[in-house]
Amino acid sequence: MSKIGQYILFLGALFKNPESFRTYFRLTVDECVYIGLNSITIVAIVSVFMGAVSTVQTAYNLISPLIPDSVIGLVVRDLTILELAPTITAIVFAGKVGSSIAGNLGTMRITEQIDALEVMGINSASYLVLPKVIATIFMYPFLVILAGVLAIGGGYLAAEFAGALAPADYLSGLQSSFNEFGVFFALIKSVVFGFLISSISAYMGYYTKGGALEVGQSSTKAVTVSCIAILLSDFILAQLMLGS
Amino acid sequence: MIELKNVSKSFGDKQVLNGIDATFEKGKTNLIIGASGSGKSVLLKNIVGLFKPDEGEILYDNRNLVTADRDLKTDIRREIGMLFQGGALFDSMNVEQNVKFPLDVLTKMPEDEKLDRVNEVLARVKLENTNTKMPSEISGGMQKRVGIARAIVNNSKYLFCDEPNSGLDPRTSIKIDQLLAEITEEYQITTVIVTHDMNSVMEIGEYIIFICNTRKLWEGNNEGIAHSGIEELDDFVFANKMMRKFRGMV
Repeated sequence: MSKIGQYILFLGALFKNPESFRTYFRLTVDECVYIGLNSITIVAIVSVFMGAVSTVQTAYNLISPLIPDSVIGLVVRDLTILELAPTITAIVFAGKVGSSIAGNLGTMRITEQIDALEVMGINSASYLVLPKVIATIFMYPFLVILAGVLAIGGGYLAAEFAGALAPADYLSGLQSSFNEFGVFFALIKSVVFGFLISSISAYMGYYTKGGALEVGQSSTKAVTVSCIAILLSDFILAQLMLGS
Repeated sequence: MIELKNVSKSFGDKQVLNGIDATFEKGKTNLIIGASGSGKSVLLKNIVGLFKPDEGEILYDNRNLVTADRDLKTDIRREIGMLFQGGALFDSMNVEQNVKFPLDVLTKMPEDEKLDRVNEVLARVKLENTNTKMPSEISGGMQKRVGIARAIVNNSKYLFCDEPNSGLDPRTSIKIDQLLAEITEEYQITTVIVTHDMNSVMEIGEYIIFICNTRKLWEGNNEGIAHSGIEELDDFVFANKMMRKFRGMV
């Protein structure tokens, strides 16, 4: 419980004694490039395969002659929008960006770089962490949109080249019974997941004590706790927004 | 001038500092010495505000850092420069960006003036033409000098150094000590150095306090340190063979 309290105080500290808007803007743009653009490759690779595998496995399970093949496209689309794109990408994102944030801040802590900022009268939590949190909240929804598009594209590739189903059936399924609320729900989830990944990872790194070993442990903890928080919040959001 | 009045600090049940009094004057190199684990680095962290003392006052030209509100604390801290044990240079920035950092964040100086100031302090610490080098590309001694340049670039009134000679060879250590002493006198800074290096003590110790077992046991200068008559201080000062030989000669 004390850790949760410390985490909440840490979040409060992000907004105390801030630097100029210009400083934050510059840092946030840098972080958007580092966190967002540098994650495109891994997100793209994971998404294409995620969509392709979902299509092949759904086709494997829907073998009833009473169910048209176009349902496979519909299932893959909804699965991708509601769960795969925001949540599985979040797990991958936590592994890549979360560990990097924790490692970076942990190293700054043990090499006294954070103390150096504090001695200069700079709120180190706000200066170092707030741009990362804002950049993640801003960039992660774009990555989710990209992941969704590429996963659906990956499903099409599986239909076209792996023969899981006829591409025309897949495309027909994609267009049937589309509910726009699913996209809105995915974007809400992406904002929440982005906030959780960046803030939890930053918290783990910022409070690192010790040496190189502890920096590694902080990175591992950042990924583990972020993943648990993602899954827990995923359930809570689903219950709140989709539950009866 | 910085005055410490009855500064005490403990962590849980463990008392680390007990009623420390000292006065660090402007334009002097003030040293805090003591064995490893004696609490001198904790004292320094209390002085710069990284820790809050349980009791006592820390006065920066009569402004008490301990009871200061956030704005005053920020004002005082912005007059402080600090050289950390490992340099604490920002890994992602080159030498110029590291030195310019306090100016970028704490001032509204035009960019060309900032660069002029950066080049001026880099020249002062004899590091011309290193602007584009990354911290990992320069030696430990150079990193310390970049740290000093960063600490003084914003015309700091107070300079703190935590073990400035750690990890350096004796010759480089003396150069760093001399540089700190010169800068202190030239810019009339109040400099406080934490060290356990006796070479530094003998070279630049204008005012020295000796911390042992949580208390200040002695204060004086480098001329009087060999004649204190305090057993703990003698054990610290004459710990190595050469100093014992020197003591025999005296």
